[in-house]
Amino acid sequence: MSETELARELKTTLGATALEIRQPSRNNIFVTVRPEDVPAAAQTVWDGMKSRFAIVTGIDVPGGIELLYHFVFDDKHTIVTLKTLVAKPFPEIESITPVIPAAEWIEREVHDLLGVTFRHHPRPERLILADDWPEGVYPLRKEFKPKDPNE
Amino acid sequence: MSHRTLIPIGPYHPLQEEAEFFQLYVEGETVVDMDVRISYNHRGIEKLCESKTFDQVPFAVERVCGICSASHPLAYVQAVEAIVGVPVPERALYLRTIVNELERIHSHMLWLGLAGHFIGYNTVFMWAWRYREPILDLLELVTGSRINYANVKVGGVRMDMNKEQLAAVQKGMDEVKGPVEMLTKAVLDDPVLHVRLKGVGVLSKDDARNYACAGPTARGSGIPFDVRRHDPYAAYDRVDWDVIVREEGDVFAKAVVRCLETLESIKMVKQAAQEIPDGPIDAEYREIPEGEACGHVEAPRGETFHYVRSDGSSYPYRHKIRAPSYVNVPSFKATCIGQSITDVCLTLAAVDPCYSCTERMAVVVDAASRKKILNFEDLVRLSQEKTRKLLRDFKG
Repeated sequence: MSETELARELKTTLGATALEIRQPSRNNIFVTVRPEDVPAAAQTVWDGMKSRFAIVTGIDVPGGIELLYHFVFDDKHTIVTLKTLVAKPFPEIESITPVIPAAEWIEREVHDLLGVTFRHHPRPERLILADDWPEGVYPLRKEFKPKDPNE
Repeated sequence: MSHRTLIPIGPYHPLQEEAEFFQLYVEGETVVDMDVRISYNHRGIEKLCESKTFDQVPFAVERVCGICSASHPLAYVQAVEAIVGVPVPERALYLRTIVNELERIHSHMLWLGLAGHFIGYNTVFMWAWRYREPILDLLELVTGSRINYANVKVGGVRMDMNKEQLAAVQKGMDEVKGPVEMLTKAVLDDPVLHVRLKGVGVLSKDDARNYACAGPTARGSGIPFDVRRHDPYAAYDRVDWDVIVREEGDVFAKAVVRCLETLESIKMVKQAAQEIPDGPIDAEYREIPEGEACGHVEAPRGETFHYVRSDGSSYPYRHKIRAPSYVNVPSFKATCIGQSITDVCLTLAAVDPCYSCTERMAVVVDAASRKKILNFEDLVRLSQEKTRKLLRDFKG
């Protein structure tokens, strides 16, 4: 796929922060960044480049927990995803909620389901899991196998 | 110092079908703070999808929500189509448009009816739901089911519509147009509704952006984004329609947006049914390669966002779903604080919160005694009383 105008713009704006920029399909751009660069890069893409925050996806991969921050550029018909990897066993990253208020719920959710700690989150409480759910059990991790209710 | 009272609404209340919990902190009649607790009924669909094949996932995700059961599978399917790179035949794009717009019409009318009930206009409730019913019949006619249509698949759709069905859809649109126009006029022209809904639950443009609100909630606050226009899918770039935007951000603006959008949807369905080209309804593809992509669709409540990653096997490695209420509900913090308790019910209802989207409850409790003093029924009653009072004042 040929490089679009937005991919070039991201390259210039993010500079050395962007380790890799890929556009595998027409409306999807993936930008790989270091975990420590996420808050600044998110601010640049959301506030500086005036995109719309969509959501964060957490994925349990062999090397750790991958975090994908999705932003939508409505005028350019494109979804830009900032991609980073935080290492297990204690995945940790700076919260983007102080920059983007809409991330409050999803960061709490990613913490509940995948065990990522978001530093300086304004309200690091449970969102999805019940109050009596055991500590340290993360249901979206690959090693978690749900109990068969018929057993 | 004024006395602060905690008003819980939920987790279970008789009017809504599922559990969520709003805690309102009130001083006198003014809400000073609020808190939302969700996930009383989390179903773990994202985890479930990892154990379904790519072909089975649409059936699982259309059960995210019965009302949005065309939007969720379409968003997922578009993400997978981006990974595979399969072009979808023209006829399938039109068929997708018809089903998705019929869904929007019935969803907006459902909301209008409920909103009418919340303010004590039960005639609106009866009318809106009476005219919504034929739309569900049409959906059953063209897909075989009132909800959970099982219609969309990677590369196209499962079922074609024949000439008679398309004619029935067009006739249905002609029949529903008059009543929807009448309801829209009734909302726009009613002086009591103006007084009751204007300036209530205002969501500013900045707050709408900060909370990343979507759909009619954002468009009622002057943010003109609509996925159908800004990342056109299905046949939305081939039919003629307008994005409805209002600047005010209050409950009235959201109601107007939904009413006018319903008319746009009627227009779109009619055009799509008239202009649909002949041809195949699905495209073949061999396998789903390794890859990742996002797909998004304008559901009735706003953008539904799906991310899919494939590792080359038959099962998605990860499937993330973000439903529209997940970003619309947190905006209550911006809209409810400073409101009178009689307006909260309406403000909460104005974003058309969907339990399936987020699932969440609320009750009013005396802070000192912990006794419940108001429940959701009481809040609805208070809201209806306020309308009646306005009505009396207006007549008097």
